[in-house]
Formats: sequence, structure tokens, C-alpha cells
Amino acid sequence: MSEKVLLVDDEGDFLEALSQRMTSRGMEVTTTTSAREAIKKVEEGSFDAVILDLMMPEMDGLEVLQTLKQKKPEIQVILLTGHASVAKGIEAMKLGAMDFLEKPAEIKELTEKIKKAQAKKMILVEKHNEEKIQKILVDRGW
Amino acid sequence: MKGEWEILGQEGFQFFGKMSASISHEIKNTLAIINENAGLLEDFTIMAEKGLPLNPERLKGLAGKICVQIRRADRIIKNLNRFAHSADERVKAVDLFEILELVTALSERFAARRSLTLALVPLPEPLSLTTYPFFLENLLWLCLDFVMAQAQSGKTIFLTGEKRPGGLQIRFTGIENGNGNRPSDFPSPREKALLGVLGGDLHFDVFKREVVLTLPQDLRS
Repeated sequence: MSEKVLLVDDEGDFLEALSQRMTSRGMEVTTTTSAREAIKKVEEGSFDAVILDLMMPEMDGLEVLQTLKQKKPEIQVILLTGHASVAKGIEAMKLGAMDFLEKPAEIKELTEKIKKAQAKKMILVEKHNEEKIQKILVDRGW
Repeated sequence: MKGEWEILGQEGFQFFGKMSASISHEIKNTLAIINENAGLLEDFTIMAEKGLPLNPERLKGLAGKICVQIRRADRIIKNLNRFAHSADERVKAVDLFEILELVTALSERFAARRSLTLALVPLPEPLSLTTYPFFLENLLWLCLDFVMAQAQSGKTIFLTGEKRPGGLQIRFTGIENGNGNRPSDFPSPREKALLGVLGGDLHFDVFKREVVLTLPQDLRS
């Protein structure tokens, strides 16, 4: 099953090149240069992974991360940054990021992390569905 | 005076650090774009080895994009170099437009993060002043930072300079329909310390909603 990825970065040329490379590797890629549009796309669609630039206009990357996790807790977010400090990395993980990569990133490494993101999301969704079924069974006394 | 120099030192370090970090982020972004486009070239080569035809126009396009980013990185490094060299000499004669141009270039990324545009208006005539270049750049940045905080998202901030009796005047405009925030402390001790060493005057015109910086043309006189 091909991975569904949302790429979010204010550099259009970066998005264009990376999305082409990801598409040629079998992924289904959506791109946006706007943080607010990214939130809207996540609300309306279903993505296995969001690759999110940390420094963007409109909204700070960590703020976007927090909002995405509030709207879709199962979404897996991989942050991309020009400077991956330990402090920022810890802050990002605490807010629910799946991983934290420094630009320029190796496509092989990014692809592996996206596959992991898809697997992790599937586990979370299955767990959530199981919990829902359990609750129905309990509520109905079956 | 010792207190002012302590403020100047602390502020100077923070200013230098902030600008250096911003420049390094921008260079990383250009490297990321070059990396992806070079990666695409590699992908096309691998596909060609497997028998898929190469599209010369596409290759040309990729090469062009890489060149654009290299030129962008070169401009960024040139600005970093000019900025670094502004601390070479304490007091020297500088071209006002060049200094405004440099500070505008260094501040563009910060403006973009606030969805603002910076526009430097060409000066009516060449103007030079003898001053501390680094401290002047620091003060211009603080003025811009203040004005950007007042401005509404999507707007353009204009910088203009002109000769006035007794010196030069630099105006920061574009906050006529600002966000309504009342500046609580401007100029603050940081700006005042810089004004002290530059021999300048700074005020926020509440009615015209513009920041006006006046400087002597020659600090030594």
C-alpha cells in the first residue's frame, strides 16, 4: 500500500523536487507552502505522514505540530529543520513529533521514516478501533 | 557610561547571533533545494540506465534550478561577509543606502515569517555618514523589529532616507493601519544606549505612525 504523505514547507522549489522524488518511489504526495492550509488538508484528508518544516511564516512549526496532533492524534509528523538542536528535538518529541531531521535530508532516511510512520499510524488506528468495539460490547452487555 | 557599554555589548552579541542564525537557516534551505534537485538528476540517471529515455528539457530545467539556488546562496554569503566586516573598524565613512540595503536584506526572513514585505526606497541623492557601522546596523534592526511588531500581516514596511539640516533622517513607515498596539517602551534602554554612542535621536510619531531616526552626518564633529 503506497504511503500518503503531506509535505509542508515555505520553499516551493524544495517541495517540487522532493515530491517528484517521493512520487517516483511510489508514494502519494500532496504539497503545500502554507501552514494553515496544511492543517485544513489534514482535517479533510488522511495522511500516513506529514513532513513539516520547523520555520515557516504564518505559524511556527511546533505550533502547527500541536494543532495537527490535537485534530488527528494518530497523525505522524516528521519535522525538518535547518538546525536540529537537542533542545528543539526534545521539545518536538514532547509535543508528539515522530521524528526530527536536519536539512538537507537523505531521501533514503526520509523514506524509511515515512514507512515507519505508516506502520505506526496503522497500529494506532487499529488500537482505537478495538477500543471502540470493546466499549460497544461492554455498553451492550455482550 | 559603563552601564551603556554593557548594554551595547550584550545587545551586540544578541544581534550578531540572531542574524548569523537566520543566515545559516537560509543557507540550509538553499542547500536542501540543491540536494533534492541533484537527487532528481541522480534518479533520472538511474532510470536511463534501466532503459527509460532522458528528457533533455527536464535536465536543463533542473540544472537551471540548481544555478538559481547557487546564486541565492552566493548573495546570502555576500551579505554575511558585509555584515561581519562592519565590525572591522569602529568609526568609518559608510554609504547610507548600502547600510539600509544590508539591514533590509538581513531582515527579510524575519519579515517573511510575519507575512510582511520590506521595501527600501531609493535615496534622492547619494548620502554618506561617518559613524559606527555595526552599532548603526544594530539600531536599524531594532527599529525594523519594532515596526514589524506594529504592522498588520500582509503589509509592506518602507525605509527611506534623506538629508536634513544637521544630519540624516531615516524613516520607517507602513504601520498607518497597524495592529493598534501601543508601544510601551520605545526607545527602550537598548535603543537609548545605541543612540547615545551614535549621537542620534529616535522617536515614534504616534499620529503619522512612523519611526523617525535622526543621525549626525559625522560622528567625529
